[in-house]
Amino acid sequence: MLTDVIEFRIDRRSGTSTYMQIVQQAKQAMRLGLLNPGDRLPTAREVVEATAINPNTVLKAYRELERDGLVEARRGLGTFVTKSLSSAATTGDDAPLRQELTGWMGRARQRGLLVEDVDALYAAVRDEHYPAEERR
Amino acid sequence: MNPLTATAVGKRYRTRWAVRDCSLAIPEGKVVALVGPNGAGKSTLLRMAAGLVRPTTGELRTFGTPVNGRIHPDVSFLPQNRALYRELTVRELARACAAMNDRWSAGRVREVLGLLAGVDYDAKVATLSAGALSQVAIAMALGRLPRLLLLDEPLSDLDPVARDETLRIIMTEVADRGTTVVMSSHLLSDLREVCDHILLIDEGRVQLTGDIEDVLAQHRILIGPAAGESAVGGTLINATRTERQSTLLLREATPAPEGWAAIEPDLESLVMGYLRASRERRSSVQRA
Repeated sequence: MLTDVIEFRIDRRSGTSTYMQIVQQAKQAMRLGLLNPGDRLPTAREVVEATAINPNTVLKAYRELERDGLVEARRGLGTFVTKSLSSAATTGDDAPLRQELTGWMGRARQRGLLVEDVDALYAAVRDEHYPAEERR
Repeated sequence: MNPLTATAVGKRYRTRWAVRDCSLAIPEGKVVALVGPNGAGKSTLLRMAAGLVRPTTGELRTFGTPVNGRIHPDVSFLPQNRALYRELTVRELARACAAMNDRWSAGRVREVLGLLAGVDYDAKVATLSAGALSQVAIAMALGRLPRLLLLDEPLSDLDPVARDETLRIIMTEVADRGTTVVMSSHLLSDLREVCDHILLIDEGRVQLTGDIEDVLAQHRILIGPAAGESAVGGTLINATRTERQSTLLLREATPAPEGWAAIEPDLESLVMGYLRASRERRSSVQRA
């Protein structure tokens, strides 16, 4: 019996649509190396049993992941991850970029920045480096 | 083929029209939220689709066949009063339903009842709580192995745990069998997470219908200076105004003019805008 690799959490009060929450959580799990090529995503039925959402929503999210070339639906078998989004740069606590960010975050806290200040700074610098169409 | 269509359907009780000039088509496999305030005509529409009420005008079809005073074999209906034989036990009720239906899955009923906490097979139907009664009635509706499931206020009597259980059962049915579901509620928040299609009725008429995402994408809320409304293009659904500011709900809006902010509405504000508009139409008719 296959054990589920990940479980989706649906926040009903978040402004983000349910299907987008599933897309984002799957991508996040892939970036963090929790989902790797060959892993099976939970079936629509499994998600529905766990979260009481509409199975059509789950299938819609999986179709979007398929369009992005990240997963592949195999008839009668399920939906499988085909691509890796994780890299040495994002996986593990000792990734160099993560360590740099950890250092920066520590200094921000030491200087008395609030979480809102940190978020605002991060978003401003991110937006300078990544054009709007790359952000979604 | 559409599981349910209505063409210019109306139902008059004495002098009052409960449903009026109602045309709609429900696509297969959708989970439809039938929403509207109390008295909007939701129950009448569902009862007509189930063959319990004859329309005064127009025609309803289920799976292409005119509904002519009897329910289609592929349709199950959960009435708002949960009409069940109250003197029977749950076990006897399941047997009676099996005997009355040509197609029946006792296994499916057992499976559904088994998923529900706290339904006692030997309890008399009359002694069940309102919530348990709803759940037993849904189990019986699923026993017919329907391709179209019509549920009138399925969640209204349920506490949060029973509500969650019931939604899981209905959604699992959709996942397993691709069943089309139409469920009504006067509370949009009950249905928001589980439905992909909306049918909003008020004053007996269809106010808004379509896939929720398409419907949301077709509308914009524009917020701007009260003096500048003439610069805004699109079909105005509803407006709220203060001395300085106008908040406009528009369908097919043109891009926001200088000085205006445009946002995509959430489903709650969209429904509220349409209901306000229908109320304003009614009160202006009454004033005239």
